[in-house]
Amino acid sequence: MAAPPADLPGVALPLTVRDLRVCFGSVTAVDGISFAIRRGEVFGLLGANGAGKTTTIRVTTTLIRASSGSVAVFGHDVRADALRVRHLIGYLPQALSADFQLSGYENVWLFARLFDLPRREREARVREVLRAMGLDDVRDRLVSTFSGGMVRRLELAQALVNRPALLVLDEPTIGLDPLARADVWERVRELREQTGMTVLVTTHYMEEADTLCDRVALMHRGRLVAGGTPGELKAALGPEATLDDVFRHHVGKAIEDEDVTGGGRDVRRTRRAAQRLG
Amino acid sequence: MSAAPAAPPSASASAAPRPVAVDVPPWWRLYPNRIVTFWLVELRKIRHDRTELYMRAVQPVLWLLIFGETFSRIRAIPTPPGVSYLAYLSPGIMAQSALFIAIFFGIQIIWERDSGILTKLMATPTPRLALISGKAFAAGVRSVSQVVVILALSAVLQVRFDWNPLHLLGAALVVVLGAAFFSCLSMTIAGIVLHRERLMGVGQAITMPLFFASNALYPVAVMPGWLRALSSVNPMSYEVDALRGMLLGTPTALLLDVGVLAAAVVAGVAAAASLLPRLAR
Repeated sequence: MAAPPADLPGVALPLTVRDLRVCFGSVTAVDGISFAIRRGEVFGLLGANGAGKTTTIRVTTTLIRASSGSVAVFGHDVRADALRVRHLIGYLPQALSADFQLSGYENVWLFARLFDLPRREREARVREVLRAMGLDDVRDRLVSTFSGGMVRRLELAQALVNRPALLVLDEPTIGLDPLARADVWERVRELREQTGMTVLVTTHYMEEADTLCDRVALMHRGRLVAGGTPGELKAALGPEATLDDVFRHHVGKAIEDEDVTGGGRDVRRTRRAAQRLG
Repeated sequence: MSAAPAAPPSASASAAPRPVAVDVPPWWRLYPNRIVTFWLVELRKIRHDRTELYMRAVQPVLWLLIFGETFSRIRAIPTPPGVSYLAYLSPGIMAQSALFIAIFFGIQIIWERDSGILTKLMATPTPRLALISGKAFAAGVRSVSQVVVILALSAVLQVRFDWNPLHLLGAALVVVLGAAFFSCLSMTIAGIVLHRERLMGVGQAITMPLFFASNALYPVAVMPGWLRALSSVNPMSYEVDALRGMLLGTPTALLLDVGVLAAAVVAGVAAAASLLPRLAR
């Protein structure tokens, strides 16, 4: 499943979202958003807790269904063609998701099998991603002995073992200390340079989004309220503006009375992840 | 929405862009692959932590040594000619201890849900039915350990079994089917109650009725009519019946037994898989 060559004319885009709406009962988590991601870019979906970022990601990764609208990954509809979509995606969920009862190697090996890597390539590929994530020395240790940063890198290795054409990272650095955070980003950046893979990332760390993303979209209460390159967004506010200012400008004062679309649940999930990271 | 970045390509583009090609293996390769995968993972987990395995061996040993030996002495329960009560009881305890393992298997899926593992598994190219099948047979692998424990104990107690290796293998397969069904029942309950504590409660509440409303301890013939009716719809009874046929050579409707178990597994997998999205939310 090698990444397709960059920018072939006439070949479908990595992600196309049209009028996406997701409702949970009476709550509208995503309220009619449209955007597209270009091949090879790092696209950041930003917003406060409960803005609808994770819901959007979960529709993209075929985990939940849209109430209306359509989402396509490299031209495959997420609903009609879920298995193909999943083959194309590498997914790092927000909650920690490595199996602590298995070793580092076994965790990645499991995903190599679940992505139908041919038997003869499996072992080499597992070793390759473990090496790329700097985990080769500890691969036979149980994950329960790993530090938070190591667990996150292991999960990246799991997400990369199928050589995804679209890497989806949901709050990849949440709960990590600054050094581990920088390390995760450094590896994502390296990978992207080597493979040209497309990346969709959500984060609330604005300075990370600023340095890493080619383009960002700002979500608030299920809608897109701003979008463009970090440079464009900052310039629109003034010469000295930071992405933090942009965020505050569009979302800012609404945050205090926020908790409409499952913000509490979001926080709970985040805390749980942080807890497991120790 | 003017603020949206990069509007989707307009419909007026010359031709519809073609999707990127992806190979998906056919279902008849996909399902066995997933079942073997979860099976291997379960074996690894057992290898990393054998405590549960040892603890699980305690209960069947008590049942056979205390209950079995005592009731053999009382001779209160009629057994087929030439079969001691201990021999009659062993297959029942084999099924029971597998049931005890499987009925709480849903806890694993709730744990995996809470820890984010389930979400990620569901984002791999593994259909829901294949995921549940894989988990169900993983429970089966765990329960085979009980077959080994009870066979070993039976050998020590000099229970007269049919030690034909093919029959032993058949017995292991029957236990795997039974465990697969009861783990699906557990995962179905997990999909309904969603919380570990509630699952524990429901599991506790139904384990004993499943056990007592079966032929594990006594033959169907001595049951009152209403219990006999319950026993006839309890997959546990068919499991025990098949095990007795395999291990004791008593006359059984083996085809019916295995057929009922297999059908129960299919229904269980379907039920648990249909509730999986509730867990993934």
